[in-house]
Amino acid sequence: MTKIIVDGNEVDVPAEYTLLQACETAGAEVPRFCFHERLSVAGNCRMCLVEVKGGPPKPAASCAMAVRDLRPGPNGEPPQVFTNTPMVKKAREGVMEFLLINHPLDCPICDQGGECDLQDQAMAFGVDSSRYAENKRAVEDKYIGPLVKTSMNRCIHCTRCVRFTAEVAGTGDMGATGRGEDMEITTYLETAMTSELQGNVADLCPVGALLPKPQNFRARSWELQKTESIDVMDALGSAIRVDTRGREVMRILPRVNDAVNEEWISDKTRQIVDGLGAQRLDRPYVRENGKLRQASWQEAFAAIAAKVKATSAEKIGAIAGDLCAVEDMFALQLLMGKLGSKNIDCRQDGVKLDPKLGRASYLFNSTIAGIEAADSILIIGSNPRKEAPVLNARIRKRWLRGGLKISVIGDRPDLTYVYDYQGAGAESLSALADNPPPAVEKSMVIIGQGALARPDGAAILALAGKLASAFGAVKDGWNGFNVLHTAAARVGGLDLGFVPGEGGLDALAMANGGVDVLFNLGADEIDIKPGAFVIYQGSHGDRGAHRADVILPGAAYTEKSGTYVNTEGRVQMAARAGFPPGDAREDWAILRALSDVLGQRLPFDTLAALRSALYAAHPHFAAIDDIAASDASAIGKLSASGAPGKDVLASPITDFYLTNPIARASSVMAECSALARGRMLQAAE
Amino acid sequence: MTVRRLAEKQPASFEFTQENRAWCDDQIAKYPLGRQASAVIPLLWKAQAQNDYWLPQKAIEKVADMLAMPYIRVLEIATFYSMFNLEPVGRHFIQLCGTTPCALRGANDIKAVLEKRIGDQRHVSADGNFAWLEVECLGACCNAPMVQINDDYFEDLTPDSINKLLDDLAAGRPVKVGSQTGRTASEPEPGKGTTLTDATLYDGSVVGAWRTRFDEARASEKVLAEKALAEKASAEKAAAAAAEKKA
Repeated sequence: MTKIIVDGNEVDVPAEYTLLQACETAGAEVPRFCFHERLSVAGNCRMCLVEVKGGPPKPAASCAMAVRDLRPGPNGEPPQVFTNTPMVKKAREGVMEFLLINHPLDCPICDQGGECDLQDQAMAFGVDSSRYAENKRAVEDKYIGPLVKTSMNRCIHCTRCVRFTAEVAGTGDMGATGRGEDMEITTYLETAMTSELQGNVADLCPVGALLPKPQNFRARSWELQKTESIDVMDALGSAIRVDTRGREVMRILPRVNDAVNEEWISDKTRQIVDGLGAQRLDRPYVRENGKLRQASWQEAFAAIAAKVKATSAEKIGAIAGDLCAVEDMFALQLLMGKLGSKNIDCRQDGVKLDPKLGRASYLFNSTIAGIEAADSILIIGSNPRKEAPVLNARIRKRWLRGGLKISVIGDRPDLTYVYDYQGAGAESLSALADNPPPAVEKSMVIIGQGALARPDGAAILALAGKLASAFGAVKDGWNGFNVLHTAAARVGGLDLGFVPGEGGLDALAMANGGVDVLFNLGADEIDIKPGAFVIYQGSHGDRGAHRADVILPGAAYTEKSGTYVNTEGRVQMAARAGFPPGDAREDWAILRALSDVLGQRLPFDTLAALRSALYAAHPHFAAIDDIAASDASAIGKLSASGAPGKDVLASPITDFYLTNPIARASSVMAECSALARGRMLQAAE
Repeated sequence: MTVRRLAEKQPASFEFTQENRAWCDDQIAKYPLGRQASAVIPLLWKAQAQNDYWLPQKAIEKVADMLAMPYIRVLEIATFYSMFNLEPVGRHFIQLCGTTPCALRGANDIKAVLEKRIGDQRHVSADGNFAWLEVECLGACCNAPMVQINDDYFEDLTPDSINKLLDDLAAGRPVKVGSQTGRTASEPEPGKGTTLTDATLYDGSVVGAWRTRFDEARASEKVLAEKALAEKASAEKAAAAAAEKKA
């Protein structure tokens, strides 16, 4: 720790702190454009100039100068930094005047207006008029992809976007050509960016040069209602803010959560927005003579009740999908219990994870933040770049720091970092378990759904457990056995025990004709064979609704308050940002109403009552934002009969942009998907 | 400078020759593993030399692939350095130095000739022979004014000699590289011998001469100051006498 005096206040900060961080510690605000906490220091905007005593006798860029670079005074007194002297004021005014020389004064027609760093800082630190009478520079707008619109006249060349794509995203999409007076920010010859995190560059842009294209000229920041919530597009549960105007979701932005997503979100999380308004189920439907027709709630419930009453309990089943909240699944689980059925399953992809094997056997145990402590990572049957792009950025961040060995078993994905390819199938896994590499301090095994969602998944899970033990990945204070989920609802479902009871049928058996009445709670990734009477409850008219005999319109994740458990086992609460369209209702309420018609009334009338019942049955759901401790010894006990097969352990996600019904309803996602497919075809040639 | 963009008409492919490829591999081998990107400028340079002194898009991509760099990183470099030509430059690419020493020695006259004979900058003449560009100092100020044509310097130019030079190049006649007035490198003109003819340069008297100059300056300052003081004193004296007289 080093002492430094900021504006007369002495503070004690680590020596490697920059002056800017030291000033912030002391409570002095320093304006900045190019500096960003999670990117490398560029030092090119010069907005953060401060006066230093004990350094060079000129304004110093506080973002690029460390506390340890300053000399103490002649009698050993701490170095001094000033942020409020006339010299600093003049320096800031000068920098601001230069920045505004070529920046258009088009705030009234700029979407960034109202939430613009340049606008705010020009008000706070600039002068009221310009002395510049010459022509401003004009720069051509660039195409850089379907998600980010450019208006390059506004660019102040902070290079945050360039550093983001080079460092965090790892794709190196953006760059600055013609460096100097003619510098222009662009992608290579105006090709679309290739990263799954590209939307973040619009957030990083401190001016209106890079803006989210789908939200072009749609809303002003001050007319939006902001709701802090949780994302369900992947199993990370990234912190998001849902901005709504009226009942329409206008945009989704990331929130800072260092434990999960830092401050990035994937493009699917961000630009799903138009999917929330398209293909919605806004009233009940009943199938008559092979055709679905609109119906009232009473008619729909009556049709269900007639079928359920005519069917024996063991011929009734329920499957929960990937986007369900814990509350919905809990209500459905209770209802099925009351009906006497043991056929329930939340694993529509047939993944061989089971709560009976212990909670540690299906969690990302070392936590997402734990990746930064890892010394070696083995990725099995997963493509984290497609399954959880933000987590992949975390692995890349750790890899960039150096000293991390990454190995992959599965197909050969482009992960934005260098890895050691160990083989394609389970035989490479056994070979590695028999000859483990030299032990390191903290090793990690990440096993993806591609390795588990197959008939021999249990054997591979057992093998991975054996491997983790052989690596010394599971020990006191460190559990390096990690399951990377792809479905937001999955861990919550497993925590609830939403799996077949003794003698019950699993999802695949139910879909293949094992039951006569199937209650499908938003499961759209499973193929249900003809024969069964299917009740589909969900938000979008997708695969599940097409196969349904009765459709109950539910709420999407932005329209209900719901608990989600992420892949780490972190319990998080998503908030309601708007109301479901038309006759659609919150899912737990539909199930409660249906239970009444079926004569099996569920014991709660409000969400609060449901939650108290839930917390009584499963206390760990009450600890929001926490991860309940799980017993690591479960991993050593994993075992399975049967040998694993020989197929490639390939990731289940072939198209990142179209993994769930909301994404498939989004035209923006469709455009991204078509672009990505085009790139794949081109690469294959 | 104007915004630098890739040429509109691009060749379909680019491949290093066997010989150049081996040279590139040598350059790459100079850098430790993981630092191959350091070889980007030599490689671009070689690609440009191989491709009639300009860099096509495929060459940029080829170099990026060889060094495992994103394409945009190499494009950034190619657009930054004005030595990389992004468009065809004719058989003889003329870079005219327009910086102060050359400008003082008549670079503007040379420029007028180039403008008249070839046309605007960055523009290949109709016969495909020439293109020209005004550049900053090429470091041959002793022989100003000068131009660089492809890899060679042509110095001590006059409008007549540049005209003749261009004629010879266009006709494919051999030309003399270097000074066009016949002197060798930046030696004095033929027959003049050395320009350092002052005998004091060789007898040691200039050593420490600055000190004498300083001493002289200081002495004269002292004299002036004393003179000023004396004047002031006499003026005061006169004033006092005048006051006494009045009283």
